[in-house]
Amino acid sequence: MNHFPGTWGRPRDDVYGPYDASYLRSTGPKAHTQSPAVTGTSVIAVKFNGGVAIAADNLASYGSLARFTDVKRLRVFGNAAVVGFSGDVSDMQYIDRLLESMDIRENYSAHGNQLNAKNLHTYLSKVLYKRRSEFNPLWNHILVAGFDGDKKPFLSSADLLGTTFSAPHLATGFGAHLAVPILRRLFPEERPIDEITKEDAVSALRDCLKVLWYRDARSLDKYSLAVITHEGIEVQEDQQIEAQSWAFAETIKGYGAQVV
Amino acid sequence: MFRNNYDNDAVTFSPQGRIFQVEYAQEAVKQGSVVVGLVNKTHAVLVGLKRNAEELSSYQKKIIEVDSHMGIAIAGLASDARVLSNYMKQQCLGSRMTYGRAMPVDRIVTQIADRAQTNTQQYGKRPYGVGLLVAGVDEAGPHLFEFQPSGMTQEMLACAIGARSQMARTYLERNLDQLNESSRDELITHGLRALKETLSQDKELTVDNTSVGVVGVSGKQGAGKIESFKLYEGQQLLPLLEALERSDAGETKEETMEVDS
Repeated sequence: MNHFPGTWGRPRDDVYGPYDASYLRSTGPKAHTQSPAVTGTSVIAVKFNGGVAIAADNLASYGSLARFTDVKRLRVFGNAAVVGFSGDVSDMQYIDRLLESMDIRENYSAHGNQLNAKNLHTYLSKVLYKRRSEFNPLWNHILVAGFDGDKKPFLSSADLLGTTFSAPHLATGFGAHLAVPILRRLFPEERPIDEITKEDAVSALRDCLKVLWYRDARSLDKYSLAVITHEGIEVQEDQQIEAQSWAFAETIKGYGAQVV
Repeated sequence: MFRNNYDNDAVTFSPQGRIFQVEYAQEAVKQGSVVVGLVNKTHAVLVGLKRNAEELSSYQKKIIEVDSHMGIAIAGLASDARVLSNYMKQQCLGSRMTYGRAMPVDRIVTQIADRAQTNTQQYGKRPYGVGLLVAGVDEAGPHLFEFQPSGMTQEMLACAIGARSQMARTYLERNLDQLNESSRDELITHGLRALKETLSQDKELTVDNTSVGVVGVSGKQGAGKIESFKLYEGQQLLPLLEALERSDAGETKEETMEVDS
């Protein structure tokens, strides 16, 4: 009989060997997120005369598996802004909860001091930067579209490091490589934003999404599109990429079982 | 001897439903020298009467700039006011830092009100012995708020707190119609005149004992859309006090004309 109550009910040391107490330790090194798990791919957005258009497909991938095909990655904030998320979907949902509670808090004010898209972008970039400084980043690259304090169209990005960037058209993820060159060709720097109509911007986004669907293996042909103008925010979810033609695929060589 | 058993702390009600410590704190506000605040469609103005403890000392500051779009005028314990104004300054900077936006006036007023209320509900704390007039501009235009040690806040069109402030309030009530339509300079003059009403016979407004703060919307677009908080003290007050004298002279003239006819 062992007279130490602490050992009662435990596997006997003489039978099983001494218990490794390190399993009981509750302190010590802790690993934060090293990589995202369920992810969304590109978000693309374009400024036009009197507003901003933004689009993202409805897919959440688990690695290379197309896991969820009905995920809405565009988030409308009040009547002021749309936030597009790429990257980790659970972190997107966390940020979504932050925005939700902030929206409620803001609406208590009776004086019409609403946060605009620029304020929202500043806030989100600070949140992302704080988290990367704790070595526990929120694994997202976001685009914020809307209007700034002077009622001018606003479009800016923030990534998981807290880096911010703005341009007349922006894309995250694979879109930064595939969509931005197309957008630059359609809307070169010389072309003033005043000349770009809403229809131009929307059709450019649809074209870019089609190219992404062709060439980005983590993309989907179902997507959401939001247009922000002074009249309000118009969101279309469950859009389908039309007029697909995979003829070009025949000419692609150099992958898989193909020999020549 | 009569002894009040319900004023030993700030958290106990008297059987009549009063909290004496809070009422005493409100007395401290009445001991402070008077400050006046008023708003029109474009501007908010704070006017204060400064006191010096003795002939050789400096005058106690009455108006503090909180941020470029907001200022406060204080009546009561100046050291309590400093604690509150430092807190307000920090919150305003925090708002600019995290949102890139100037703190909305009603928001910061609610925050100091919550702090003041906490002091009336937690054992071992004491209420702030100071009343504030908070003047500022935000997206919705100029605002004036009154803050009391009890944690009560109210948005005001015009207000005066501190010693003999009743005279100023009477003036403001009588001239309320004119305030809203007045220009920036007329609003300052109205403020100074309200302040003057509170003075005792042998006193007058000088560049040493007066303090004026102005903030407003400029009507311009972009970065310059607010007229930043400006504090007038010392020699800067001369044109304002002269404008007051001119308007007073104009009024007495009108009166004598009426008498003549």
